Amino acid sequence: MTALLQVRGLQRRFGGNLAVDGIDFHIDQGELLAMIGPNGAGKSTTFNLLNGQLRADGGTAWLGGRDLIGLRPREIWKQGVGRTFQIAETFASLSVVENVQMALLSAAGRVFDLWRAARDFQREQALGLLRDVGMQGQAERPCSVLAYGDVKRLELAIALANRPRLLLMDEPTAGMASAERHELMVLTRRLVAERGMAVLFTEHSMDVVFAHADRVIVLARGRLIATGRPAEIREHPAVQEAYFGTGLSFEKRRGAPQ
Amino acid sequence: MTPSAVLVQLLNGLASASSLFFVAAGLSLIFGVTRIINFAHGSFYMLGLYLAYSLVDRFSAHIGFWPALLLAGPMLGLLGALVEALLLRRVYHAPELLQLLATFALVLVIKDATLWCWGAEDLLGPRAPGLGGAIDLLGRRFPAYDLLLIALGPVLLGLLTLLLRRTRWGTLVRAATQDREMAGALGVNQAWLFTSVFALGTMLAGLGGALQLPREPASLSLDLSSVGDAFVVVVVGGLGSVPGAFLAALLISEVKALCVALGTLHGFGLALPVSKLTLVAEFLVMAVVLVARPWGLMGKAPSSSRHRALEAPLQPSGPGLRASAVVVFLLLASLPWLSAGAPYVTVLAVDLLVAALFAASLHFIMGPAGLHSFGHAAYFGLGAYGAALLVLKAGWPMEAALVAAPLAAALGAMLLGWFAVRLSGVYLAMLTLAFAQIVWGITFQWDGFTGGSNGLTGVWPAAWLADKQVYFLLTLSAAAGGAWGLRRVLFSPFGYAMRAGRDSALRCEAIGINVLRVQWLAFVIAGGVAGIAGGLFAFSKGSISPDVMGVGRSVDALVMVLLGGVQTLSGPLVGAVVFTWLQDTVARSTDYWRALLGGVILLLVLAFPMGMVGFLRDAVWQLRGRPGGGAR
Ligand SMILES: Nc1ncnc2c1ncn2[C@@H]1O[C@H](COP(=O)(O)OP(=O)(O)OP(=O)(O)O)[C@@H](O)[C@H]1O
Ligand SMILES: [Mg+2]
Repeated sequence: MTALLQVRGLQRRFGGNLAVDGIDFHIDQGELLAMIGPNGAGKSTTFNLLNGQLRADGGTAWLGGRDLIGLRPREIWKQGVGRTFQIAETFASLSVVENVQMALLSAAGRVFDLWRAARDFQREQALGLLRDVGMQGQAERPCSVLAYGDVKRLELAIALANRPRLLLMDEPTAGMASAERHELMVLTRRLVAERGMAVLFTEHSMDVVFAHADRVIVLARGRLIATGRPAEIREHPAVQEAYFGTGLSFEKRRGAPQ
Repeated sequence: MTPSAVLVQLLNGLASASSLFFVAAGLSLIFGVTRIINFAHGSFYMLGLYLAYSLVDRFSAHIGFWPALLLAGPMLGLLGALVEALLLRRVYHAPELLQLLATFALVLVIKDATLWCWGAEDLLGPRAPGLGGAIDLLGRRFPAYDLLLIALGPVLLGLLTLLLRRTRWGTLVRAATQDREMAGALGVNQAWLFTSVFALGTMLAGLGGALQLPREPASLSLDLSSVGDAFVVVVVGGLGSVPGAFLAALLISEVKALCVALGTLHGFGLALPVSKLTLVAEFLVMAVVLVARPWGLMGKAPSSSRHRALEAPLQPSGPGLRASAVVVFLLLASLPWLSAGAPYVTVLAVDLLVAALFAASLHFIMGPAGLHSFGHAAYFGLGAYGAALLVLKAGWPMEAALVAAPLAAALGAMLLGWFAVRLSGVYLAMLTLAFAQIVWGITFQWDGFTGGSNGLTGVWPAAWLADKQVYFLLTLSAAAGGAWGLRRVLFSPFGYAMRAGRDSALRCEAIGINVLRVQWLAFVIAGGVAGIAGGLFAFSKGSISPDVMGVGRSVDALVMVLLGGVQTLSGPLVGAVVFTWLQDTVARSTDYWRALLGGVILLLVLAFPMGMVGFLRDAVWQLRGRPGGGAR
């Protein structure tokens, strides 16, 4: 089986700092792939390269028959790549359901419709997406009053609106309590199974990673230092080294809430 | 054009660069640290000049000319410290636009206070002792005093650089300019730092004004003209950068001086009076710099986005609101009959409606789209002039010209919008202002086509609309239709996208929305509707002058929108009506109506930061015990 996304030699520097230093990896369809690494390892930068928000200095990222590198974010979105941000990006002055409707409107190519009222546009679908992420009860609330965990869930619903093939989730569980984290990952796993999409996510809580990921790739200082099943990664000497290097072991991280 | 003429012009340019730098350096320092765009900075400059006049008049016999003149600086510094401590300190956490409005209110108050103290006549001070004459330069005479000014600019730059680089205070100022949180973390006593920076900036403006005493008369129009120039300099140089301000002052002054030196250019059978286009040149420099370097010559991209007051989701109108809108419309429609004995009522009502539509169009772009336009009068003016020129020069029927007015305005908005949506915040505000000034400058200086400063006369409506009552009904339908149309767009998918683009451009792009194109179209729509208002205005007055697109009208519109509340849809309409009516009634009963208006604005900003309608809405919600909810 060929991979859904195939990344080769991806590179990006900021001044003299090689934030992403020629990494190779792939994601298969239906896979939940975790990307881990200490702070500043280049995880978010990789995400920004894959969704076109940052320009790559080199490398390719083939999705289906297309190289995503060099495309704009909105073109990459059209290719079926959704994303969430490390710090959630939603529309604060729209209500929860309007946030999702905005994404549905864009998917339907109706953004430049100036006249018809948007209020009832695909409302059922929007509510359905909110139900999928467990937000149906808050559909009419202003986005600005949500708890942060709920904002992240809403962001997930927005990203799902155009039925992506690949979902990039940057620290989806940051700011959540432990029980909530596992809940969200169970939900993500269910979405992956139902929609046949793939998910690439970053995560600082090793608990979550080892419990939910199919496979793990490890980044340190912009380089890919290991890849494998969770159990292999846990025992991997280079990984332990990278984490010990920051003064944090898996064991310490496991207990420490964010 | 001889070499000696060019040399004299270049030296002139250097002298004006120094004068500009005195004002701009303070403005830039103040912005860097407090993040407040101080509209009143030019007023301190003007006050410096007036004060120097009186001080020299009274005391130069006792303490000498120079001490008396220079005393104006510290006195203004003191005034600045007072203003900061008593007023501005209360608005540091208010939204950017309210801060602007507060400082603009200060402009109005200071202007009238000056009028009260010194009268309306221009006041010319004495020559500087020993520097009253002129020196000989390649056979031309050059004022000796200007040589002193030329030297003072670099001296000030050197002193400020020393102050900023070599003292602890300077380190704090630079830290706060780069990163406010960091300055907070350093344990800086912020209040004291802010006050001292404001006092220093004001003192420099005052000194800059005082130093003009031997050169130009003190006049009441200096406040806005000097702050306009200073804005351009600060934006071109990069907000917060003192060396940038110096560089920009040099660049702009020399470009203007060259324009004067060039005189009239001939070519392609046309005579282009370049020497009269200095204003256009100044703003063109700014536009070019901002497009090439969006944060100015020596500025840096702002590190963190500013906090914005959170806005509740818009709610579509309920039956109550719709019913009251219909009642208001019907009441207005019967006004010609209700006011049969008082013809002035419908004339005033036309003005109110035109203002309301204009304000609604500005709100459309400023509120939901989040693009702060400081030159919205440009589109009003393009509509007015477009319609008038089509009638007068192309012989179109009035009805067709009125329909074409919004197209002319939309075309202008399309041109500027393409550049404007690539900028944000203060830079966007300044570019829109610059565009309005260019349009104004061209209109003002193109005598043959636009009638120059005299404007155009004989712009009358068609015969069937000649009756004021009928014209009122036309205006009412256009204004109501325009406001309703804008509202409808806000609830359309495009309206959602406007708000979405304002809230999070990143999220928009990540779900396939082209934010720049959305904002561009929003710009064009807002411009078009302003053009309708402009067209209606032209035919209601019968004559127009470049004033229709002056800075004053742009600022008036801003005040209307903020007065009513930027977060509500009906706010701008109410704000426009209250403002225009106040202006009309108060202006006729007192010479000091501007101070009164300024006082009202200050009160509003301090007491009701949400605007009148926002305040009422919140009050109603409180009574009903309904937290959150929507904006109407
Ligand atoms: N816009 C930028 N300009 C300059 N340097 C940047 C920029 N974005 C990231 N970097 C640098 O690139 C490196 C990788 O940053 P990145 O945000 O990708 O790390 P990360 O793995 O996501 O870390 P975290 O776990 O803290 O989110 C860091 O050294 C960071 O300082
Ligand atoms: Mg990150």
